[in-house]
Amino acid sequence: MTLATLLVVAAAVFAIGLFGVLARRHAIGVLLSIELMFNAVNLAIISIAWSRGLLAGVVLVLFGIAITVAEIAVGLALVLLASRVAKSVILDDLSELKG
Amino acid sequence: MRDVAFFGLAACLLAAAVAVVTAKSLFRAVFALSAALVATAGLYLLLSAPLLAAVQILLYTGGVLTLVVFALVVAGANTEGARWRKPLPAALMSLVVFAMLAVSARSLPPTAPVHGLKSGKDVGLLLFSDYLVPFELLSLLLLGAVFGALLLARKDRPE
Repeated sequence: MTLATLLVVAAAVFAIGLFGVLARRHAIGVLLSIELMFNAVNLAIISIAWSRGLLAGVVLVLFGIAITVAEIAVGLALVLLASRVAKSVILDDLSELKG
Repeated sequence: MRDVAFFGLAACLLAAAVAVVTAKSLFRAVFALSAALVATAGLYLLLSAPLLAAVQILLYTGGVLTLVVFALVVAGANTEGARWRKPLPAALMSLVVFAMLAVSARSLPPTAPVHGLKSGKDVGLLLFSDYLVPFELLSLLLLGAVFGALLLARKDRPE
């Protein structure tokens, strides 16, 4: 268990999440993939904090988790609103949001 | 022993991550995400951050996933019709990003003696001394998010 392997695992999870964000069609699926990417970033921060002995990294990740919770709450509220107003949560059907 | 646990958890994490983005039913994707988050909590334990592992399971796996399942039930349509939107460019893009990140991770200078992390008590002390103002700002952000979510999701919106 070295820093480099930890960071490669985090990078792989981040890339998988990125694929989900780009290719998923359901809005909630995209939100789940964003969670995955956040998780990968947190893992990378903790890995670096662990290898350097920086306790501030733990505080940073705690803040990150709390902000993610706020983000997912607002994101899900937006999805519910879209399902009521536009009668769809498939992102292709919501493309009238484009300018 | 530590390495076995690490590779086991990393394999679980990667498998669950793949399941999150490929599962046809979004309910399965949610449960795969919870598996990925629990595996990450295990990695936090290995990295000597038990406090974070606890927060991860309580907040993410407990709170967020309940919220997502609730939204799935209310919003309906848990299948997506046609499977992907432009899967090939998306896969190419994420492969490029992964290659860039992995190369830069490999080129980091190795820190031969790993320092490790101190206990949760020190995290608490740090949080309420050096990071007190960001901590209080965070509570404002959470309050704003709650009000915003309520305002967006309520049924009888005043026009």
